[in-house]
Amino acid sequence: MSGATLLKESGPREVFCGLTSIVWLHRRMPDAFFLVVGSRTCAHLIQSAAGVMIFAEPRFGTAILEERDLAGLADAHDELNRVVKNLLARRPEIKTLFLVGSCPSEVIKIDLSRVAENLNIELKGQVTVLNYSGSGIETTFTQGEDGALKALIPLMPKSDQKKLLLVGTLANAVEDRLISIFNRLGIDIVESFPPRQSTELPSIGPETKVLLTQPYLTDTARELKNQGAEIIEAPFPLGVMGSTLWIQAAANSFGIQKSLVDSILNPLISRAKQALIPHVEELSGKKLFLLPESQLEIPLARFLSNECGMEIVEIGTPYLNRDLMKAEIDLLPPDCRIVEGQHVEKQLDRVRDSSPDLVVCGMGLANPLEAEGISTKWSIEMVFSPIHGIDQASDLAELFSRPLRRHDILNPKTLTSN
Amino acid sequence: MELTLWTYEGPPHIGAMRIATSMKKLHYVLHAPQGDTYADLLFTMIERRGSRPPVTYTTFQARDLGGDTAELVKGHIKEAVDRFNPEALLVGESCTAELIQDQPGSLAKGMGFDIPIVSLELPAYSKKENWGGSETFYQIVRNLLKDYSEESKQTWQEEKRRPRVNLLGPTLLGFRCRDDILEIQKLLGQHGIDVNVVAPLGASPADIMRLPDADVNVCLYPEIAESTCTWLERNLNIPFTTTVPLGVGATQDFLRELHEVLGMEIPQSVNESNNSKLTWYSNSVDSNYLTGKRVFIFGDGTHALAAARIANEELGFNVVGLGTYSREMARKVRPAAKALGLEALITNDYLEVEEAIKETSPELVLGTQMERHSAKRLGIPCAVISTPMHVQDVPARYSPQMGWEGANVIFDDWVHPLMMGLEEHLIGMFKHDFEFVDGHQSHLGHLGGKGNQNVNQEVKTTISSNSTTSNADPIWTHEGERELSKIPFFVRGKVRRNTENYARQAGCREINEETLYDAKAHYKA
Repeated sequence: MSGATLLKESGPREVFCGLTSIVWLHRRMPDAFFLVVGSRTCAHLIQSAAGVMIFAEPRFGTAILEERDLAGLADAHDELNRVVKNLLARRPEIKTLFLVGSCPSEVIKIDLSRVAENLNIELKGQVTVLNYSGSGIETTFTQGEDGALKALIPLMPKSDQKKLLLVGTLANAVEDRLISIFNRLGIDIVESFPPRQSTELPSIGPETKVLLTQPYLTDTARELKNQGAEIIEAPFPLGVMGSTLWIQAAANSFGIQKSLVDSILNPLISRAKQALIPHVEELSGKKLFLLPESQLEIPLARFLSNECGMEIVEIGTPYLNRDLMKAEIDLLPPDCRIVEGQHVEKQLDRVRDSSPDLVVCGMGLANPLEAEGISTKWSIEMVFSPIHGIDQASDLAELFSRPLRRHDILNPKTLTSN
Repeated sequence: MELTLWTYEGPPHIGAMRIATSMKKLHYVLHAPQGDTYADLLFTMIERRGSRPPVTYTTFQARDLGGDTAELVKGHIKEAVDRFNPEALLVGESCTAELIQDQPGSLAKGMGFDIPIVSLELPAYSKKENWGGSETFYQIVRNLLKDYSEESKQTWQEEKRRPRVNLLGPTLLGFRCRDDILEIQKLLGQHGIDVNVVAPLGASPADIMRLPDADVNVCLYPEIAESTCTWLERNLNIPFTTTVPLGVGATQDFLRELHEVLGMEIPQSVNESNNSKLTWYSNSVDSNYLTGKRVFIFGDGTHALAAARIANEELGFNVVGLGTYSREMARKVRPAAKALGLEALITNDYLEVEEAIKETSPELVLGTQMERHSAKRLGIPCAVISTPMHVQDVPARYSPQMGWEGANVIFDDWVHPLMMGLEEHLIGMFKHDFEFVDGHQSHLGHLGGKGNQNVNQEVKTTISSNSTTSNADPIWTHEGERELSKIPFFVRGKVRRNTENYARQAGCREINEETLYDAKAHYKA
């Protein structure tokens, strides 16, 4: 491990809960529906985080608990049954239904797995009903995807086929690009989890080698390992360096000759580094503060410091999985401060004290910091933008250089006469 | 259990946050899990606020539930009071905390602070956002003024001063409240009436203590302020006005009511027709085409009611649908709809509203951001008149809805989408002229220029879906379809419906070119 300082903090937090993952999961698997079993708050949260209401009938919704559902649990189970059947009658195209637990459903202990089991028996394979928790008392933001994927694993067919499995939602275009690179390296069978159709699950077995595309898949990785798959240790595919190490780790695992790997990656690497140059010029020497939210904070900090020359003030992370993050932390500059958990007030005090050039934070905090003259970047954008892979490194850097450039345009340095 | 895809109102604690964030020197400790912090972005993103809501979330986690959550709550309350030093503290819980029953309000009261503590009980599983806002404002006023003793209060005439009023109800995330209060202050100033306190927006607890100095309360937004106004009337003897000054007629009524309640003579200027440009613009000859425009209205109670009156009396529209998502306001909306020969649509299911829009085929939809999306899908012009709203409904420019200037803004906001509709028609008409650049699109984009193909497609799909509905329905022949497609799209729906009704009445099995003209003559006759 490098010399990173690991600290823990507790107090009031300012992060999304796991329900928010639905915002990208429903787009990844258009044949699935995500039904939150929760309160009006849950419905309001997803709608506010999603921001877009272009879908007349989105592929997510909330079964809102009402007073009488709290009175008797048996009735709540029946009620949920009724709501699900109405939904399925209205939306016959749904192939997989996720019942998503929330804070209130967890507290009153609605047994979603039992409801799912009963529905599966009744529906006889017409629709697969699964459940996981996206509750804020147990999960933050991207952990919702971890839960959803873990729930799908038992349905994956078994196979002894040797293959590479990319795990974690990627933008489709980026995914295609990464698969084509692996194909060029001679890894012929490359599959993705989650798949683009919920019913087309990849198979899994002892010859499956898993490469995580996202850093927030703790439970999914553990469960895939239990199913016999091998988890390839690597940093995450953000930036030129991270993506190169990530691809190389897979290539090593498949026993591919280094010379072949180099001959394919080197042109990509030099091209990507070239594209990074204007961004490095803008980012180099600038101070960066990352508030905890998406769980991508550590890989982002590693990219922005190692490849873009930014100075890291603090890396906040909602929680720290030392095993999954080991390769990332090893690459961080010495004396990097990583703070696990949050006390949002104290953390904002530290932001102000350190006067950073850029703060990565959630949507609730961005404008208040901007109003104090501090440039910000929304962390939620990282989960929506195509940022993975060598070719995307400059796009990723641009997400951070643009707010700085904008700040300079709007606040021109006054010329002093001398 | 109720299945919800998009919701008009948030939970009641969001209403409480709107009050807390609207006010100054007030802090709200909300016992809630971490996910509930999303609510901050409503203020910092939709309203682009440059400061955080004054809210401390306890963000308890599953592992805390086994231990002493009450201690956790007290820790957060103490820290919040120390850090923010508020003049008064709101304490409440969100849906999840309501289930674990820590009673944070009582906990806070037992901690020995020397500031007023307002404990909020907002039932999350039966009530919603506006109710929560109303209840919070009421609890704040009641708690801060409960020990107020009235020493023989004198009238403004006795004290030989100008009359003064409170403006009650404006909040953040309300519809154009920021500009409405400026407009109403200006209006009252013109009539020699001073504003004592505006609340909740911009008021501190100290300002709330000054509410009794007013002669009259002006209830601008009944959703938020009616219960408070009622309490102030009952307990402190302050009467309140009930007319909401939205539109020219309502602004006149409001001024008359206020003068009357204050014991002032109603000035002649109130009745003049040049206070707002709406009156003249509506009389202007080019506005003839507005006559009988079919308009569908849905929103919160106050704005929907006002819109119906303006549409009907001041713009000469034909209101074909009226409704609200606010059950608390249903009592007022039902008779208003009935007076227009309609049945009020009271629902919080936006799909039901969309269905009602389809059925009535209006030429203009006045609604919330939900209806904006529905109208866009249906290709109908729309103006947003009510919350829930999106960032584009918080304009940078001054654009009130209330008072004379508000009526001007309303004229522009409602009529321009219709003029754009007319423009689409002209584009369709001229698209075969050689000067016409293919691909020209106006703001409706998908309908303009090239998009006319879409319109034709839409015609076909509706035809086919119609023909499958029932055997009794008349069938459109090819000639009938072709003739129908020549009719401007914004009246096409109406013509289709009329023709089909006529065909049914006349017993026609199919609708051809002639049936269309027969129907036209029939309805004109």
